[in-house]
Amino acid sequence: MKKLSTTASHIKVAAIGCGIAMTLASTQALSASRDYISIVGSSTVYPFATVVAERFGKTTPNPTPKIESTGSGGGMKLFCSGVGTSHPDITNASRRMKKSEFEKCQKAGVTDIVEVLIGFDGIVLANSVKTKQMSLTRKDIFLALAKSVPAPKSMQDQFTTSQTLVANPYKTWKDVNPALPDVKIEVLGPPPTSGTRDAFAELALEGGCKKIKWIKAMKKQDKKAYKALCHTIREDGHYVEAGENDNLIVQKLDANPDALGVFGFSFLDQNADKVQGSLIEGQVPTFDTIADKSYPISRPLYFYVKKAHVGVVPGIEGYLSEFTSEKAWGGEGYLAEKGMIPLSADVRKASGADIKALKPMSGEGL
Amino acid sequence: MSNSSKGTTELIRKTLAKRYRAEKRFRLYGVIAILFGVSCVATLFVDIIGKGHGAFRQTYIQLHVNYDADILGVSDINDSQQVALADFSGLVKKSLRTKFTDVSGRREKRELYKIVSNSAEYELADRLKASHSLLGQSEKIWVLADDDIDTYFKSLNSSDGPFIGRTSEKQQQWIQSLIDDGQIELRFNSGFFKTGDSREPEQAGIGGAIVGSLFTLFITLALAFPIGVAAAVYLEEFAPKNRWTDFIEVNINNLAAVPSIIFGLLGLAIFINFFHVPRSVPIIGGLVLAVMTLPTIIISSRAAIKSVPPSIREAGIGIGASPVQVVLHHVLPLALPGMLTGTIIGMAQALGETAPLLMIGMVAFIVDVPGGFTDPATVLPVQIFLWADSPERAFVEKTSAAIMVLLAFLITMNTVAVVLRKRLERRW
Repeated sequence: MKKLSTTASHIKVAAIGCGIAMTLASTQALSASRDYISIVGSSTVYPFATVVAERFGKTTPNPTPKIESTGSGGGMKLFCSGVGTSHPDITNASRRMKKSEFEKCQKAGVTDIVEVLIGFDGIVLANSVKTKQMSLTRKDIFLALAKSVPAPKSMQDQFTTSQTLVANPYKTWKDVNPALPDVKIEVLGPPPTSGTRDAFAELALEGGCKKIKWIKAMKKQDKKAYKALCHTIREDGHYVEAGENDNLIVQKLDANPDALGVFGFSFLDQNADKVQGSLIEGQVPTFDTIADKSYPISRPLYFYVKKAHVGVVPGIEGYLSEFTSEKAWGGEGYLAEKGMIPLSADVRKASGADIKALKPMSGEGL
Repeated sequence: MSNSSKGTTELIRKTLAKRYRAEKRFRLYGVIAILFGVSCVATLFVDIIGKGHGAFRQTYIQLHVNYDADILGVSDINDSQQVALADFSGLVKKSLRTKFTDVSGRREKRELYKIVSNSAEYELADRLKASHSLLGQSEKIWVLADDDIDTYFKSLNSSDGPFIGRTSEKQQQWIQSLIDDGQIELRFNSGFFKTGDSREPEQAGIGGAIVGSLFTLFITLALAFPIGVAAAVYLEEFAPKNRWTDFIEVNINNLAAVPSIIFGLLGLAIFINFFHVPRSVPIIGGLVLAVMTLPTIIISSRAAIKSVPPSIREAGIGIGASPVQVVLHHVLPLALPGMLTGTIIGMAQALGETAPLLMIGMVAFIVDVPGGFTDPATVLPVQIFLWADSPERAFVEKTSAAIMVLLAFLITMNTVAVVLRKRLERRW
């Protein structure tokens, strides 16, 4: 009995081992070559990169590139993990590559990276069309949403200087700015893992933060404290983290007319019957105001190409030329139709030439 | 004596009404609980079906196309190079301009061209490649309308009024004239079940995701079923009862409750980083899901084996069968229905899973329908997740429709499990 049971178990173990080993061996051989482009990165660039990939797949004999939506940071990590077909060829980013990421890339042997600036994305603050459109300044946004703010006048008697910081005391928009409505501050926005959140903090909050003179002076003396002050969003329930799904935020705004939401311009564009963008510094977020930079909260969109893979993985050059063709990223190209704000014609021309020559980035000024 | 029994009866009689009430209340709580559950499910279904039913029909526009060799720039139809480079969008534009002659100006023309999906030109190209004799001929052909037009056309009769956010007044006039001429209509959207993902909602389909799910589940089944059954048989029939087997048992039960994302991390660390299995392919997805469903299969298989009465084993051994013969000839066949049920439930669980796939690159935009186990693929729930996150309005109904298809698969699988159990199960 005992003997029988041990033989049975031996057979079983051997069979399982065999099965797994065979599966793994067969895949290992296949991972050596890849005939499709592998793209990772930002969920903000994803809707644009996928359109280009699809057209590229339809109009050329190459297979359609595979695009994973990993977020800008996650994409950089995968991209900088090494050279070889098991690593991605291109990463999308809704911000520029950081110096630390560039160095990590260099260390892993990813030395020649081609940087492509493709266009801009506006970030909007919007509320339901059932209520009045808001008109905000970046300073209002900072005062309403930052974790700590300069003490308001009513509280200043208690302090010796006017440069004291207090935990954000504002409860309604009217507290922030008497011109604004008497409505509770309630902003639905993305969580800290999101690139949209980073960009919103940098462009809207810091933009408003800088307007206060003594804080601006602080930037030179203590950059860290300045950043912590200007980029930290309050956590006392007035800013609600609504998840990465912008459609969900739109739905919640529709249900709660008092709330404001933070999301990308393309979602405003698609849901114009439900939500309206707030005026920032007197500017309505439209395609044109974002393109000519008069609307202040917009961010650049990039992708990065591993030069070592050009020629190894077929189609990378073709994908680049499809992306940088006038019918794609041009002023009236199909990316603009999807909500991406195009670059100006001169910039397109200049960087288009650099991309064609596959000029690697130097890493300076990151 | 009689006095005290009379008192007890009295007591019972007094509390009887109260006990009946308690009984009724208890039943009522149960009914309320069930009603609550049913109403939640009903709300979900009504919402999903209400949003998603539209996606099974798609707006088509009829075009009169003349395969004009001059517009195409094709002089020799047998020159495939020329046909590949031909300007098929020109044909579509020409056809739209002949239909609406009053259109002038660049902006207006752009608006006009936008009412037809860009898939029209690819369709014309395919038709011409398939039959060369079409060159120079005219034909009437139904092509897909753009997603904004589709949303507008479908919302024309809705109670909230038409959705005009993404269409211009001019476009609405053109649609009205198409309606008057009978050149626009809703048709069954067969492409939805055939094509892969697309960024143009009108062309997006779940065909690629369904095929990807099938490939992935095949790998999962091929690995998890034999391993799970073998492990269950060994643990139940052969393993000695000692601390080690207890330890293994506790671990298997624990694994069944581990959040699925952990299996994704495991897949990333072991299969991708160590064994260099490529990302995003059904093999890696199947491996990870197999590991995830193993505990479910082992536990249900053990329960099935346990329910085979010991008398069968004793009778087998009594007439001289070896333990392996007893297991293979008697216990396994009798336990198989229970094992299959457990496996189907495990598979259904694997079919609905997204979290572990996030880590191994299966949350990706994949247009081409996968043709094998090593082609990049995505699965149904991931497709739902990706569409739910897309800005285009028309994806709302696609998302709900994909959920309906996924639910249909799950209901089918679970029904099969129930029927199998009813049909094959033996009571002792």
